[in-house]
Amino acid sequence: MTATAPATAALALGDDALVLSHRLGEWAGHAPVLEEEVALANIALDLLGQARVLLSMAGDEDELAYLREERAFRNLQLVEQPNGDFAHTIARQLYFSTYQQLLYTELAAGDGPFAPLAAKAVKEVAYHRDHAEQWTLRLGDGTELSQERMQQACDALWRFTGEMFQPVEGLDADWADMETRWLESMTDVLGRATLTVPEGPRSGAWSAGAGRQGLHTEPFGRMLAEMQHLHRSHPGASW
Amino acid sequence: MSALQTGSTTAADGTPPDLARRFDDTIARDQRIEPRDWMPEGYRRTLIRQVAQHAHSEIIGMQPEGEWITRAPSLRRKAILFAKVQDEAGHGLYLYSAAETLGADRADLTERLIEGRQKYSSIFNYPTVSFADVGVIGWFVDGAAICNQVPLCRSSYGPYARAMVRICKEESFHQRQGYELLMTMMRGTDAQREMVQDAVNRWWWPSLMMFGPPDDSSPNSAQSMAWKIKRHSNDELRRRFVDMTVPQAEKLGVTLPDPELRWNEELGRHDFGTPDWDELMRVIKGDGPCNAERIERRRTAHEEGAWVREAAAAHAAKQADRKKNGAVA
Repeated sequence: MTATAPATAALALGDDALVLSHRLGEWAGHAPVLEEEVALANIALDLLGQARVLLSMAGDEDELAYLREERAFRNLQLVEQPNGDFAHTIARQLYFSTYQQLLYTELAAGDGPFAPLAAKAVKEVAYHRDHAEQWTLRLGDGTELSQERMQQACDALWRFTGEMFQPVEGLDADWADMETRWLESMTDVLGRATLTVPEGPRSGAWSAGAGRQGLHTEPFGRMLAEMQHLHRSHPGASW
Repeated sequence: MSALQTGSTTAADGTPPDLARRFDDTIARDQRIEPRDWMPEGYRRTLIRQVAQHAHSEIIGMQPEGEWITRAPSLRRKAILFAKVQDEAGHGLYLYSAAETLGADRADLTERLIEGRQKYSSIFNYPTVSFADVGVIGWFVDGAAICNQVPLCRSSYGPYARAMVRICKEESFHQRQGYELLMTMMRGTDAQREMVQDAVNRWWWPSLMMFGPPDDSSPNSAQSMAWKIKRHSNDELRRRFVDMTVPQAEKLGVTLPDPELRWNEELGRHDFGTPDWDELMRVIKGDGPCNAERIERRRTAHEEGAWVREAAAAHAAKQADRKKNGAVA
């Protein structure tokens, strides 16, 4: 299938939001405090809303979400990573929401097909980023144990951060500049959280950008199996 | 006024009689008791128990539906479920706040829940085994909750009544969404229709039991009604629920699993069968299908989250220190 450029880009952004929203949904009933049940569901709901708009730009939202196999998903490997402990979830949120804020700010300022969506989403994403930053500070600059866990989480997910800045066909953005600003932001936030900016490679599993080519990590297939099972069991049914 | 209404509230314990009289007057005039008002110890204890159990029910109630967030069969249904589970967490928060105005402490109430010393609604001890259960929970369980809670918007305790106003608005929205899901499924495939009927069969009786034991074996009811904490008896609310639900079932095209259910022309209401009260007692005592799992899940979330709460407290303390030192310097 050769998709037009906006469809490719819509799938990339839509899949990011869909998959991360799903992961956050796994927290329902498991969060460390009630306020976080509300916050995580709220973020998940924002992302799901974005995903629905974006997937609808590329086709039928449910067909795209429920009937594609792993190799056809275009999300970043970062967002498919399992929730892990609360620190892992927060590190994933910090990395991704900072990226999303930079990207959507650029898209909102342009006049491309994603400008209207980005203009709305950028307000939501600013809240997501603030939430992740506040928790990074609390966990990093909290107790000895929480600092250790937050550092481990930042280290473990670091290798998935390079692929965020691989150019996506159909998205008009200054990727190199975004990456510089993303790194500056991480240096600032992690520094204030008394954490060390990880030093390892940022090339991801397979290679940087692999998620955008449909090459995913092992936990993703299992996630899709759960997500798609009911829909696939009743072909043609409406819900 | 009955002996019950006056006898138990006026002070036999050395409380100045004018305070007790003012309390009785406020209740009699259908006005609200507020957190700083004097209230009888029994009134305070009864309310803490009821409001806390109500809060616990919201929180435990996130589980049976939360089960289906990751399997919801369309993105629209997934969004609806997310929003509903989020609302329930919010309702839990309002209600814990209302309980705190009575001098209870949220952390302590949570401990009581996970140690099994305080209860939550019996209904959440039943499993959700198909997606139709999500719709039936909206229709029956939220419907029953609305029957119970709309009168509580006039409960004599102000903070509880005000929480109920906000909660009821959201609950009726959930109820409509649940019913609409079932409507959609009934218009779908045979398999979907079977799922709906099966879910109705499994949830009907447990839903009727949500109103509590029959009036002649509900020890706290009379006092709660005298204090206007509760406004209607269990049996009265149960009848209202049945009368409201039967026509909805007809419209949906499902049968309710009760051979004794029929319209009583003379009384202008439905006759219906007797729930299995032994089952209700077993569930309330902890021996229902999911009691152990529900509490275990809550306990695990609480215990695994301890380090996060400790980090937040430690960070807040550091920030406060810095502010203080900064102010001095």
